[in-house]
Amino acid sequence: MNTTTAGVVFAASLAVALGLTYRPFGDYLARVYTSERHLRAEKMTYRLVGVDPDTDQRWSIHLRAVLAFSCVSALFLYVFLRLQGRLPFNLGFDGMAPGQAFNTAASFVTNTNWQSYAGESTLGYLAQMAGLAVQNFASAAVGISVAIALVRGFSRSHTDRLGNFWVDLVRTVVRVLLPISVIGAVVLVAGGVVQNFHGVRTVSTIVGGGQAITGGPVASQEIIKELGTNGGGFYNANSAHPFENPTVWTNWLQIYLLLAIPFALPRAFGKMVGDTRQGLAIVSVMAVLAITGVFLVNGFQLAHHGTVPTAVGAATEGVETRFGVSGSATFAAATTLTSTGAVNSAHDSYTSLGGAVLLLNMMLGEIAPGGAGSGLYGMLVVAVLAVFVGGLMIGRTPEYLGKKIAAREVKFAALYILTTPALALGVTAVAMALPGERANMLNSGAHGLSEVLYAATSVANNNGSAFAGLTANTAWWNTVLGISMLLARFLPVVFVLGLAGSLARQRTAPVSSGTLPTHRPLFVGLVTGVAFVVVALTYFPAIALGPFAEGLH
Amino acid sequence: MDESAITGESAPVIRESGGDRSAVTGGTLVLSDRIVVEITQRPGESFIDRMIGLVEGANRQKTPNEVALNILLASLTIVFLLAVVSLQPLAIFSRAQQPGIPDNAALDADGVTGIVLAALVVCLIPTTIGALLSAIGIAGMDRLVQRNVLAMSGRAVEAAGDVDTLLLDKTGTITLGNREAWAFIPVGGVDERALADAAQLSSLADETPEGRSIVVFAKTTYGLRERTAGELPTATFVPFTAQTRMSGVDLATPGLRGGGRQIRKGSASAVLAWVRESGGSAPPDTDHVVDGISASGGTPLVVAEVLTAGAADGGRTARVLGVVQLRDIVKAGMRERFDEMRSMGIRTIMITGDNPLTARTIAEEAGVDDFLAEATPQDKLDLIRREQAGGRLVAMTGDGTNDAPALAQADVGVAMNTGTSAAKEAGNMVDLDSNPTKLIEIVEIGKQLLITRGALTTFSIANDVAKYFAIIPALFAAVYPGLDTFNLMRLHSPQSAILSAVVFNALVIIALIPLALRGVRYTPGNAMAMLRRNLCVYGLGGLVVPFVGIKLIDLVVQFLPGIR
Repeated sequence: MNTTTAGVVFAASLAVALGLTYRPFGDYLARVYTSERHLRAEKMTYRLVGVDPDTDQRWSIHLRAVLAFSCVSALFLYVFLRLQGRLPFNLGFDGMAPGQAFNTAASFVTNTNWQSYAGESTLGYLAQMAGLAVQNFASAAVGISVAIALVRGFSRSHTDRLGNFWVDLVRTVVRVLLPISVIGAVVLVAGGVVQNFHGVRTVSTIVGGGQAITGGPVASQEIIKELGTNGGGFYNANSAHPFENPTVWTNWLQIYLLLAIPFALPRAFGKMVGDTRQGLAIVSVMAVLAITGVFLVNGFQLAHHGTVPTAVGAATEGVETRFGVSGSATFAAATTLTSTGAVNSAHDSYTSLGGAVLLLNMMLGEIAPGGAGSGLYGMLVVAVLAVFVGGLMIGRTPEYLGKKIAAREVKFAALYILTTPALALGVTAVAMALPGERANMLNSGAHGLSEVLYAATSVANNNGSAFAGLTANTAWWNTVLGISMLLARFLPVVFVLGLAGSLARQRTAPVSSGTLPTHRPLFVGLVTGVAFVVVALTYFPAIALGPFAEGLH
Repeated sequence: MDESAITGESAPVIRESGGDRSAVTGGTLVLSDRIVVEITQRPGESFIDRMIGLVEGANRQKTPNEVALNILLASLTIVFLLAVVSLQPLAIFSRAQQPGIPDNAALDADGVTGIVLAALVVCLIPTTIGALLSAIGIAGMDRLVQRNVLAMSGRAVEAAGDVDTLLLDKTGTITLGNREAWAFIPVGGVDERALADAAQLSSLADETPEGRSIVVFAKTTYGLRERTAGELPTATFVPFTAQTRMSGVDLATPGLRGGGRQIRKGSASAVLAWVRESGGSAPPDTDHVVDGISASGGTPLVVAEVLTAGAADGGRTARVLGVVQLRDIVKAGMRERFDEMRSMGIRTIMITGDNPLTARTIAEEAGVDDFLAEATPQDKLDLIRREQAGGRLVAMTGDGTNDAPALAQADVGVAMNTGTSAAKEAGNMVDLDSNPTKLIEIVEIGKQLLITRGALTTFSIANDVAKYFAIIPALFAAVYPGLDTFNLMRLHSPQSAILSAVVFNALVIIALIPLALRGVRYTPGNAMAMLRRNLCVYGLGGLVVPFVGIKLIDLVVQFLPGIR
């Protein structure tokens, strides 16, 4: 089997696996959020926190709950990281510096998992387990809860209630993330991922030198890193580290896990709005964009002009030989298409056009399929805009699932779409204008520009993967990127919940042959087109001066 | 009054004090007599003022969809501003990477020159659609005015495009205003031709539309020539009265005093009573025929005659000749129109005062989706409320004061100009031709308005792709030669490329004005087909057209003096 065939089989088997679980997993998710019953563990949690699980929240209350929960999480994590030196199991590491602690807290609470620190040389076991891993669960659950609130906005009629944030949050953790994580972690351990409390061991290497090797509770953190589309690795090398991702099949499993929830949520959406074809249309848009992304990255990595790639047969620089070019390219595409940001290869070393596709994957706004929850709500916002344009063209006030897309809805959708480009382009422009910050680039010229653009884009989309090269652990970068992550996460949440509130308030208009059908291939094409054209128009100049300037000859 | 100034109808109309038809409109002429008018309208708000205001669009309020579209365009503008503003530091940085290349008019050490940045912004922000948006709205209003419909607000025009349910009055809208003769059904073995002749004779002086239709029907179907009153010197016509409920003719036999033939037609009970009074009896199949016609939704008129041999012997024979079937005539082409409506997703409901049986027959014949029989104003109002509670938008027409509540409740209420002032106040449109069928056209105009907006927006945004392909390589190909790959159009020089893009941007607005005013071609049909067509024409077209346009302009512009 040659490299290309292996790559095709690798990616195709992932697609088949995702296709097989789409229906059962999506149906299960829909049941989780529509069930009337509370489990005993959940009831105990509600009593402990002091929440009445049977109250329904208005969008403003729902939003307040999301923000309050995230704010408390961030503060807790910040203090935790700062005080690490005085807490047990710290492996002797001191507390994080204020700038970096702020950046890290913002990063993990927003599901970004941008890491300006190296895990094994900065954080002890307590901070990793009780600090970061907890947020890996919580931030993913927050994203899914917001997405479910938006789905209820579509499915409910003439009400101002969107469900209960606390119930959705707790159920996501108890019924979805925890069970899969427990099983998944055991499977990963079976694959060779470490799970111990050995601390740092010094071993003698073959050449006779000594090397410090840090063990730790890796599997338990690795599983939720992928499942919750978080991406923050235990080790600095992330999924390229043999203790995190030892074999080809754990590599496959990790990619599958990070795509599983985002690709299944559209089914839950279809189920909850009472028309599974609607979910199929949404997942089709995601799939078209995702397959294109995976195909292009693989293509550019396997066949690229340039002296070295031509000589070797593929772009092997920065790639783990365990996984090969294709296993790395597919991982890189998947991690940028979802807002995961875990990496198993050095994106900085990708061919310039391969790197451009990774950038574009993120610039799509993390909707194909995007992060846990955030992917679905991002895609639905794009669908709302597509419906607006398409609806006008058939001569009716646009309607999506029986809800009119009028001024208020367009306002929220437009603000949502504006946020990410404003942050990504704003941070890039400012950084490029400041000579001091620009100096943190590893490379000069167009590639250096790509490094900055990549960092700003990754953070503005809550992705968290790094092009590497850029030295981001400075006061300026830590602060600016930290603020950018917070705005990129919570401004859209405000707009999404506002949109959900205004949709839920409407009566559901009946569907007739005069309304825009939103489950047909034509609509899939329209949404794909809108997503692509908006991204292309926004980022074309920046991309042209970065990777395209470098890659086109 | 001559109201042609507002209706275009030259026939004068009567306005009298008291009652519903007492209102006069400013700008109309008194033709005879003298009127005293009390003016309750405030200055500047008269009918004519409103008409002028609507057409001028002076104080036009933005409609909901227009507001939504403006928000979208504003956010796109911000996105493009961001893209252009953030380009500058990147440009300065990129330029600094290649210190060897000479400065040019577009890019120097200080980055992209101001004029080129301005050109880029102008090209990218949705100026085309922004400039045309008001024109499209006013043109929509104008199309309505050309069809003699006055909309009180643009909102109503837009709502017309969204209508899900159309309430149509049976009489005048779906059927011709009056019932017409449809068949002559003889009873008791009478010759069909004899019945037709008798029916025609009895109707000669009958000026009601029903009467005239009998005369015409007898002529066209049985070839019976219409006789004028003068040809029958001995005839005495008996007019219809509410008491007798029949009309007819008495034909004296010349030379036989008191002898002759009396023919009567009228409602079954009245004519049958008359026959019995005259000593005759109805054949047993009469009741059967009469009931059959009633059941099928028609109106039976019984025709009978009494023959008097002469005053001398006083011998009289009375007999029933047969039954004339009158029925509603559905206007030509209505079924096709309703099919069209259905394919557009609009449900039509017929409103009638008839009994359910009659209503069902007409409804089936006309092809409407549903009907409301024996409708009272309250029933209408309830029906509208029910439809609206189901999330549907309702349109209706009306002219009477009793229609006013329903007109006010409906999302689109079209009042007839001949209607009462209460109706005109309650509706949000007035049809000056008082043609209820026009509701269908109003719906189409509303849809066309929205389609034009959507299509031009799509076109305008799609245009931007080509402009990037013209300007970005023009700006940066000197710094990064690889970017010349994007110069798909192979434009002559950076200068000519930027100039061509700006010129194209200006020309396309002018080129689209006629389309904005005329409106995008609209053929009723289902949503899928319409979306596919418009996406192809305005989406793909919007992508391709500027590539061609900019290239063509570049071919000319490159010969201008001063262009390198």
